[in-house]
Amino acid sequence: MADYTEMWKSLGLDLESHDALLAGLGKAYTDIFLSQKNRPEGMKYFDFVMSEVHGLRIKELVDAKAKGKKIIGSYCVFVPEELVLAVDGVAVGLCAGAEFNFEGAETLLPRNTCSLIKSAFGFKLGHVCPYLESCDVVVGENTCDGKKKAYEILGPLVKDLYIMDLPQTKTPKSKELLKEEYRKFIGKLESVSGKKITVESLKKGIEAVNAKRKAVKRLAALRAADPAPISGLDSLLINQVFFHDDPARFTESVNKLCDELEVRIKNNVGVAPKGTTRLVISGCPMAVPNWKLPYLVETSNAVIVGEESCVGERGTRWLTEIKGNTVDELLDAITERYFNIDCAIFTPNPSRVEYVKEMTKKLHADGVIHYSLQFCQPYIMESGPVEKELEKSGIPTLRLETDYSQEDAGQLKTRIEAFGERLKKR
Amino acid sequence: MRSAGIDIGSRTIKIAVIEDGKLVYFFKTVTSHNPLELARDLLADIEFDRIVATGYGRHLVKGHLDCPVISEITAFVLGSRYFDVTCSSILDIGGQDTKAISLNSNGDLCKFEMNDRCAAGTGRFLEVMATVLGFTLEEFSAAALSAKKAEKINNMCTVFAESEVVSLISNGADRNEVALGIHKAIVSRSAGLLKKVDSDGKVFFAGGVALNRCVRILLEKELNRPVFVPADPQVVGAVGAALSARD
Repeated sequence: MADYTEMWKSLGLDLESHDALLAGLGKAYTDIFLSQKNRPEGMKYFDFVMSEVHGLRIKELVDAKAKGKKIIGSYCVFVPEELVLAVDGVAVGLCAGAEFNFEGAETLLPRNTCSLIKSAFGFKLGHVCPYLESCDVVVGENTCDGKKKAYEILGPLVKDLYIMDLPQTKTPKSKELLKEEYRKFIGKLESVSGKKITVESLKKGIEAVNAKRKAVKRLAALRAADPAPISGLDSLLINQVFFHDDPARFTESVNKLCDELEVRIKNNVGVAPKGTTRLVISGCPMAVPNWKLPYLVETSNAVIVGEESCVGERGTRWLTEIKGNTVDELLDAITERYFNIDCAIFTPNPSRVEYVKEMTKKLHADGVIHYSLQFCQPYIMESGPVEKELEKSGIPTLRLETDYSQEDAGQLKTRIEAFGERLKKR
Repeated sequence: MRSAGIDIGSRTIKIAVIEDGKLVYFFKTVTSHNPLELARDLLADIEFDRIVATGYGRHLVKGHLDCPVISEITAFVLGSRYFDVTCSSILDIGGQDTKAISLNSNGDLCKFEMNDRCAAGTGRFLEVMATVLGFTLEEFSAAALSAKKAEKINNMCTVFAESEVVSLISNGADRNEVALGIHKAIVSRSAGLLKKVDSDGKVFFAGGVALNRCVRILLEKELNRPVFVPADPQVVGAVGAALSARD
């Protein structure tokens, strides 16, 4: 990697802490990803992206800024990237997946806050996230209570925090609210960028994001093959990189990888022997570098074949229909698309469990692991009914609740192994 | 064929040998600071054709003894069937975790739950509480059984419960009644875990805590279902591992 010290310094990073973070990340990546056997060649691109995650990609952001582009950060899949691209901006996902500086975060947040929120604060207070520090605007969305109250505390800490309200039910009025919020967001984007969204620029934005989603949908469908052509860890990584890579380059790389996977499938080549226990993971998002659960699963004689998660199919399974000849009509299409997202903040939220069933069937999974982050009320609350419904439908389900620490790895492994033994017995 | 099972728990190591479907050898000892070396020493004395490891330390020995491993959950399912085939659920309270397991009509694993990451409400919890009250483990159970009523213990966390007990004692509470309260607390928590796995019918009670008569009696009362305890409830995991080595 080139020397980025000056760039990091200019972004105001705490170099010493940042070095420590990168060293930890590099080691984890080597141990968890590079140790996997029989990985597709196409993963080399993503290995490179990860090796330059705070380097080359940040340089691209800094260069984009120099050309007058605006960097818009967000913590949620409800923030439409299409709109950001339509003002020639760059969208980056900021969700944080490392147990970093939680002591610092806990000076501002209650101890019983989920790891994802704590991590975002740990990064901010520790000055170690170059994505966050590059942002011209940070979008905070009102999803769960934890996040929406945390944004009140985050506000004074970042340059420009923009709050986007979100509905919590799926009624026509709620859809109007969502559209109104997106309209306001357009206003914000136009004012910071000084650019007006046109039918043409918006269509272009939608096309770029659709292409990216189509590529990961293609990847998701290929994972139905047995033997699994790609590991759950690598697939998760791709879904994580989705949030911060250049959209066009990402799309091309995923499609290239999928070409390779198609050949693998034809030749019966996989990452685990045919007949290996296949699992779907459903629940809370796993942000970089949260690889804890998939690592434990895939080192316990099982392979993950799908993620029903915001970093996974919940974030990518719908495309935006390019329908309409005005910005307002296109905005309707965008609203329509995002209104489908079945996040657990909605009540009721029946389509989520239905989709988990569908995924299990089409990916030929043997069972589901429901993953909740400790203190994530919406997903923990939903996990009981989801488990009941899946078991009732004949889908064995294991509910796990954990955080970013490693201290419960042994106990989790016991549960995962026992679940695998239960599935084998069937 | 002689098949052996080794169950490396957080507090004790257990070894069982099965020959012609019969338990022919069993040994248990306290887990030392070096469970691997201890396991090697223990195994040097016995003869077997195959061995399977289970328990908290199973992965530790896997590479060194060159043996397959199974989770404790599966080990208890298999082991319980050796002693009784009529139980439809299993409760295991060991040194640092509690498991509740339900079985289907074939006696296979149906659902399971474990306590969270800490040792709340496990064998270790009882040990610490007995020490706070100045009892040995045997005295502790007998003292609880002798009490007419129980002091309510609200905390299951070993650390918080310890301070709760200390303050009860300093307020003049009867030692035996506090002991009964502690036993009741552990039983109500375990019964809750069993309810979570939708179990019914006879309960197979295993693990070191099943040696405690007071817990056994209270559990039967709380569940209103028969509770079966094998002659040595600590042997079940090792027997299960040995049985799986045979297959």
